This record gives sequence, structure tokens and C-alpha cells, in this order.
Amino acid sequence: MASDNFQPHDYYLMDELLTDEHKLIRETARAWVKKEVTPIVEEACQTTTFPKQWIKGLAEIGAFGPYIPSEYGGAGLDQISYGIIMQELERGDSGLRSTASVQSSLVMFPIYSYGSEQQKKKYLPKLATGDLMGCFGLTEPDHGSNPNGMITNIKDKGDH
Amino acid sequence: MAGFTTPETHGKWSLRASATGELVFDNVKIPKENIFPNVKGLKGPLGCLNSARYGIAWGVIGAAMDCYDSALRYSKERIQFGKPIGAFQLTQKKLAEMITEITKAQLLTWRLGVLKSESRATPAQISMAKRNNVNMALQIAREARQIHGGMGITGEYPIMRHMMNLESVITYEGTHDIHLLITGMDVTGFNAFS
Repeated sequence: MASDNFQPHDYYLMDELLTDEHKLIRETARAWVKKEVTPIVEEACQTTTFPKQWIKGLAEIGAFGPYIPSEYGGAGLDQISYGIIMQELERGDSGLRSTASVQSSLVMFPIYSYGSEQQKKKYLPKLATGDLMGCFGLTEPDHGSNPNGMITNIKDKGDH
Repeated sequence: MAGFTTPETHGKWSLRASATGELVFDNVKIPKENIFPNVKGLKGPLGCLNSARYGIAWGVIGAAMDCYDSALRYSKERIQFGKPIGAFQLTQKKLAEMITEITKAQLLTWRLGVLKSESRATPAQISMAKRNNVNMALQIAREARQIHGGMGITGEYPIMRHMMNLESVITYEGTHDIHLLITGMDVTGFNAFS
């Protein structure tokens, strides 16, 4: 892409509904996207490469688990902050946003919500820094919109 | 973890700057300590999707704004028949509808964010926002592509990249049609899935 001249659009003065913290978070994410993402995203897409340095940057702007409490390495922010970060990332590229939203909502969120204290302490801080990257699968060759039909199974063998 | 592999999906025309792959579990031994103690069945994954779909509803506003912003600027710079194409009614119709749809999505999503922060957002409300916003962004990408003319298909502008990405987003995390049925079930009480 030649140059990133993006200007935000706020026809109904929605900024008045945001806190100063929300706006600060947005400016941080937007500045990072302009500096590190849009200058190279076209090349990355054309060559189908994921620029690995984005992982560190995402961690630094708090995009991994923004709403996870800080005691587990998250940013301890509210849901609107999470949304704003996703908006700014997808303004850069949807693949970048999904990297952050899968890590946050499909990996960190379940560990935080359903995990034991030990599991949370073991995984969440490393996921927040991007030292660990998670993934999520909810589609099988024969089951997409119908997850109830999934045939992947587990067998209890006593010790595992 | 022995038996776990992630073969990458190659040849995508969408989400080309990020890795997509299969998750293959072939006789993987999962230690018992890895099992979540506090959830059973599909409630777990579906709870995750609520959170992820909420993020998508916000995210695609970013893609839509980028397409609109680029189209608006291009419409003021591109001269045809002696004036900027933004001075023609048909271009204005496209741009006016784009900013209208973006503004509606911003309001809807902000309100959803307030409800979500208060733990009051229902899965059906999140479905409505995901479905509405992704479709809004995809339609805006297509209209923005037209405003850019032939330049819109090149990598000089972000339009085609956003458009191709959004073709994935309208399908993943609950397809456009499935989210419609969730709203349908929510308002009628009848399940039309099966």
C-alpha cells in the first residue's frame, strides 16, 4: 500500500460516549497500526506471510486479553476497550485482528473463565506476552454450523 | 505434544497475512491436569464464541471505515468529465449510504459494549451485531471498490484486501445465515435449525 492517510469517521460524535482511557487506548493502537502494520501488510498478503514481529507489538499495545485481570498478565480493561482495540487492528487487516481476538477470546477467555487457578497462572501471563500463541478449532470435515455433531472424542485411560 | 500437528491451509484468497491450519489430534495423550474443571460440554466453546463474536462486531467497523475513508478521498481526487467523481450523484449515493451504515453500526456496537461490560449482553444480541456489522463492512468494501474504479483492484489501495478478508469473516464464528436464525429463534421462540 502506497501510504496510510487514514482519518477516522465519527459522524454522530460518538467520541463523547468514550472515556479518556478509551481514547488513549485507541490512539495507541492506531499509531502502532500506522507505524508497523499498514506499511507492510500489502506485501505480507501478496506473499502470504505473517509478520512475526507483530506478535510482540500486539502484546505491547495490550491486544492479548485486554479484559483479563492484570494479576494474570492481562490489561484489566473493560469490554469497550477490547472492542476499540479490535476495531483499530482490523482497520489494518482482518487477519491481524483475528490473531488478537482468537488469542483473547478463544484461548485466554476460556482458561480464565473455566480453568483452575493453577492453569490460569501457568498459561495466561505467557499468552498475554505472546510467548505462547493459542489456537481454536470448532469445525470438522463433516460438521461446521452443527458443532453438536462433532465426532472427535476422548477416551479416559486413567492417567490421561 | 506427541500426535498433535497443525498442517497449514495454503492457497487462501482471504486472510493471506495470517496463518490458518487444521488441528490434528492423532492419539494425543492429554494430561488430566489440562482438563478445565469448571465447565462441561458445548457451553465452554459457545461462551468463547460470544466473546469472539463481540470482538468481530467491533473489528469490522475498522475495515469498513478504512474502505469508506479511502473511497471518500479518492472521490475528491479523481476527475472525470471535468469534475471530481464525488460531485456525481451516484458516487454521493454510495458514500452517503456508507457513512450512514457505519454510523448505525457504531451506535449499535457501542451500546452492545455497555451491555457486555455490565454482563447483560445476550448471545442473541451479539449475533445481531456480528451479522449486521460484517455484512455492512462487506457491502461497503464492494461499493468502495467501485468508487476506486480499476485502481480498486490493485494493492495501492486496501479495498480488495479488506473485501477478501471479510468473505471469511462473514462465514466464520457463525455464518451470516446462522446468525439470522438465532435472531429468528430469539424473537419467535421457534428453533428453525433442524
